[in-house]
Amino acid sequence: MLRLSEIVKVENLRKYFPVQKSFLEQIFARRMRYVKAVDDVTFPIKKGEIFTLAGESGCGKTTTGRLVVRLLNPTSGKIYFNDLDITELQGEKLRLLRRKMQIIFQDPYASLNPRMRIGDAVGHPLEMHGLAKGEDKEKVVLDVLEKVGLTPPQQFINLHPHQLSGGQRQRAALARSIILQPEFIVADEPVSMIDVSLRTTIIDLMLGFRKELGLTYLFITHDLAVAKYISDRIAVMYLGKIIEIGSKERLFLKPMHPYTQALMSAIPVPDPKRKRKPIELKGEVPSAINIPSGCRFHPRCPDKKETCALKEPELVEIEKDHLVACHLD
Amino acid sequence: MIKLPLLEIDSLAVDYQTGRGRVRAVDDVSFRLEKGETLGLAGESGSGKSTLGLSIMRLVPYPGVIVNGHIKIDETDIIKLPEHEMRSIRGGKVGYIFQDPMTSLNPVKKIGAHFVELIRTHEPTTSEKEALERAKTVLKNLGILPERINDYPHQFSGGMRQRIMIGLAIALNPSLVIADEPTTALDVIVQEKILELLESLRKIYGMALILISHDLSIILERCDRIIVMYAGHMAEYTTGAELHRAPKHPYTERLLRSIPNIELSDQKLSAIPGSPPNMLNPPEGCRFWPRCPYVMEICRLKVPPLIAAEPSHLVRCFLYGEKGAKIE
Amino acid sequence: MSEVKIKRRIFPDFVLGFSSLTSKGPSGWMVILGLIIVLALVIMTAIGPWATPYDPIKSNVGPIRAPPSPQFPMGTNHLGQDMLSRTLVGGSIMLQVSALSVLVCFFIGVPLGLFSSYVGGFFDGALSLVIDAVYAFPGLVIAIAVAAVLGPGVVNMALSIAVVYVPSYFRIVRSQVLSIKELAYTEAARATGAKWYTIISRYIFPNVIPSIVVVITVNFADAVLTAAGLTFIGLGVTYDIPDWSWDLTNGWKYLSSRAWWIISFPGLMIILLALGFTLIGEGMSELLNPKLQR
Repeated sequence: MLRLSEIVKVENLRKYFPVQKSFLEQIFARRMRYVKAVDDVTFPIKKGEIFTLAGESGCGKTTTGRLVVRLLNPTSGKIYFNDLDITELQGEKLRLLRRKMQIIFQDPYASLNPRMRIGDAVGHPLEMHGLAKGEDKEKVVLDVLEKVGLTPPQQFINLHPHQLSGGQRQRAALARSIILQPEFIVADEPVSMIDVSLRTTIIDLMLGFRKELGLTYLFITHDLAVAKYISDRIAVMYLGKIIEIGSKERLFLKPMHPYTQALMSAIPVPDPKRKRKPIELKGEVPSAINIPSGCRFHPRCPDKKETCALKEPELVEIEKDHLVACHLD
Repeated sequence: MIKLPLLEIDSLAVDYQTGRGRVRAVDDVSFRLEKGETLGLAGESGSGKSTLGLSIMRLVPYPGVIVNGHIKIDETDIIKLPEHEMRSIRGGKVGYIFQDPMTSLNPVKKIGAHFVELIRTHEPTTSEKEALERAKTVLKNLGILPERINDYPHQFSGGMRQRIMIGLAIALNPSLVIADEPTTALDVIVQEKILELLESLRKIYGMALILISHDLSIILERCDRIIVMYAGHMAEYTTGAELHRAPKHPYTERLLRSIPNIELSDQKLSAIPGSPPNMLNPPEGCRFWPRCPYVMEICRLKVPPLIAAEPSHLVRCFLYGEKGAKIE
Repeated sequence: MSEVKIKRRIFPDFVLGFSSLTSKGPSGWMVILGLIIVLALVIMTAIGPWATPYDPIKSNVGPIRAPPSPQFPMGTNHLGQDMLSRTLVGGSIMLQVSALSVLVCFFIGVPLGLFSSYVGGFFDGALSLVIDAVYAFPGLVIAIAVAAVLGPGVVNMALSIAVVYVPSYFRIVRSQVLSIKELAYTEAARATGAKWYTIISRYIFPNVIPSIVVVITVNFADAVLTAAGLTFIGLGVTYDIPDWSWDLTNGWKYLSSRAWWIISFPGLMIILLALGFTLIGEGMSELLNPKLQR
C-alpha cells in the first residue's frame, strides 16, 4: 500500500487502444488487435519530488500522464492519490479531485481557448468550482499572472491568446494550472515547443512553485538533458513499459539498461571538443500493436542473450533506489 | 592561388510583405562558405535562419522577396538568374533537405519515381532504367534495402523518410547541401543516425553543408563555423570551438548558459529575460537590447555594425570597438 | 487596479470585428457589399407598403400587360397590377421563409450536432447515418416532397426547406466538434473539472461559430432559391400576396407574348437577394479560414 510520503501511486497500469477497423473488417476479423500504449506500469511518486517519465515518442509516457489525471480511463490497474483509490472515481468526487491535480500540455498554441481572454481562461477554474466570482476572482487572477511573470497583469488579463507569444501562452497555461492551488501537476513536455532561450524561464518558474506551493510534479519529456536538470527521480519507458527507474544520480551515473545507455549516448552535447561515442541500435522502434516476444527491446539490443527473446524481464532492484528490467548476467 | 569560395553572400536582405506590414526577416547577412565546409545557422523562431536557407535556393515563399544583396554560387550571382537556369542549380548544384519528412514526399509516388523524376529533370538523356539503378545505389548508401524502391512513402517510418530526403538531396552529387532542421521531428536515437549519415555522405562526396537548427548542441558538435542569428541579424560568426570557448555576443553567451548539458551535474542554468521580438515591430537599434544585461544608451538608438572582434570572429555588438577590443 | 475592468465580451468584439472588415482586403469588401445588398432589400420590403404608388394587389389599376412607362415604370402584369408596387413589397414572403427556415435549422441542427458528436459512441454513429441518408437526397426533391405533404403556406415552406438544411448544420458542427474535442484546451477544461455543458457552451461552441456562420448564409441563399422553386411548381403560397416568385411564375407564362417586364424585375430581385447572401457567405468563408501566415 501507500507509504505516508507517497502522493501518487500507479500499480500495474495498462491502457490498450483497440485498433480501428472498417465495417467489413469488424464482421470478418477473428480477434481484436490492440495498441498497447501502456503495458503494466508501476511507480510511486513521493510528495514534493519531481518524478520524470522519459522516453522517445510512442513509449507511452504521455498516455501514462493522462491516465494519472484521469483524462483517460485505464484498461486495468490502479491509481492512488493520497491514499485514495481514484481509478474508478466518478461524478462529483472526481470533480473535487480535479482541484488537487492539474495538467500542463505541450503545445502552447493549442492549450488556450482562442475565444477566451487570458483573464477568463485563467480564472475559469475558480468559477467552475464556485470558489470566487467577480472582483474576488479578478484579484486572484491578477495575482497569479504576476507570479508567472506576465506583467503588468492588468494588461494581459484582457488579451486573447493569439496576441501572446508561445512562451507567454505557456506561462498563462501554467497560471491556470496553479490557480486552484493543486497538490500535484502533470507537466507533459511543457517546454519542447518553446524557444530555447525561454525554456529555462518556464522551468525555473515550475521549480519555484514547487517550493512556494508545495507542489509535486510528474514531468514528461523526451529530452534527457532537461530531465537531468530538473528531476529527482526518473523512469525510462520503452514501448509501454518502464525499463529502468531510479534516482537521478544513480541513473545518470550508471545507466544499466542497454536502451538507457544508448539513449544517453545519442544526446548531443553543446561542446565541440567532446567526442561522443554513440551506441548503435539496430532497426527502429516497433509498433505497439506487435510487441516483440520476451523482452520487448531484444530485437535491437546490442547485448542480447538467448533468454531475452523468451522471457520478459521484471523490474529488479540492483542497487538502492535503482531498478532495471533486464536479463543482466 | 586564391581559393574561390563555393558560396558567397553579401549584404543579403529578405522581406515578407504580409497583410499586416513589412517584415524584414533577413537583414544584412554576409558570409562565405568554402568547398567541403560545414556551416551552422543557429537561432530561434523568427531569427531568419530558415528564410536565409531558402533564399540560397531562391525558394522563399510568397509574400517573401529578396530585396537586397548578392548570392554567388561558384561566382555566379543567382539572384538575377533566369528561372530555368535556377532550376538546374536546385537539386543539381545545391541540394535541400526539408524539415518535415512526413509531408515532403509525394504520397502517391513510389520512392523510385521520386528519384527518377529528379535525375531525369537534370539529366534528360538518362533512361528510366539507368535512373532507377542510380537510385538503388543511393538507397544502399542510405542503409535502405534497394528492393524498397517500389514502396510508397507511407510504408516508411519518419526516420527512413528523412533518409530518403537526404538521398534525394545528394543524388546528383551537389556541391552544397542545405539541411533545414533535418531532425527536429525525429527522436534522439534516430536523430543521431541521420546526422551521422549526413556526415559520412558529406565526406564521401566532398559536399559543403549548411546545417540550420534551433538546437545549438547539434550545431556545436558538427559544424566548422557557426552563425548565430537573432531577429534577422547575424549576431555572431566564428568557428564552433571559438564560439564555445569565448562567445562574444551577449545573446550567444546567455544562450549557451541556458542549455542543459547532459554530461554535467549540478548545472546552474540561467534564463534570458523577455522574449524574441515581434518581427512586425522590432525594437529600434540593436534588436537584442530589451533583453541584454549589458545594454548601453547607444544600443537603443543604432544598429551595431558587424565587427571583426578577432580575425575570424565577427560580432554585432557595441561592446566591441572598431579595433575589436572589448569596451569597458 | 480597479480602473481596469474586465471588459464585457460579445458586443464590443462584434462591433470591433465589424468595423475591421474594411481592412481585411477583398474578402472584407465582399462581405460589406453583400450586407449592403441584403439590408437594402430588407429595408425596401419593410417600408414598401408605405412607398407603393398603387395598391399592389388591386387589379386593373392600369392596362393589362402594359410595358414600362412613366406612369408604370415597371409595367403591369396580366391582371393589370402595377409591377413596381408589387416588386417593392414582393420580397416579404421570401425573406420570411428563409429567415424562418434558418432559425429552425439552427435550433435543431446545431444542438443535435453538438450533443451527438460530444457524446459520441453508438448514438452518434446511428444519428450520423440517418442524417447522412437525408443529406444524400437532392435538396429540391425533399423540399417538394415535404411541401406536398404539408401543403402551402409560409411556415410549411420554411419547414420543408429546413428539413433539407438540418443535415448541413449537423455535419459541419459535428466535424468541428470532433476536432476541437481533441485539442488541448478542451482537455484542460475537462482536467480542471468542468461540467459537460460548460465545456460545450464555453469551449466548443464559440469555436464552432465561424463555420456555422458560413452555413447560415448559404442556407439563406439556398432558401430563397428553393422558395422560388416551390412556388414555381405550385407548392408555395397560392393566395394573392405580392410575391416575387409568384410573379416570376406567372411572368414565365407570358414570356411568349413578349411581356418581358413581368418576369424580369421580380427575377432580378430574387437574384439580388440570393447574391447578397452568397457574397456574405463567400467573404466570411475566406475571412474565417485564414491562410497560414508566418
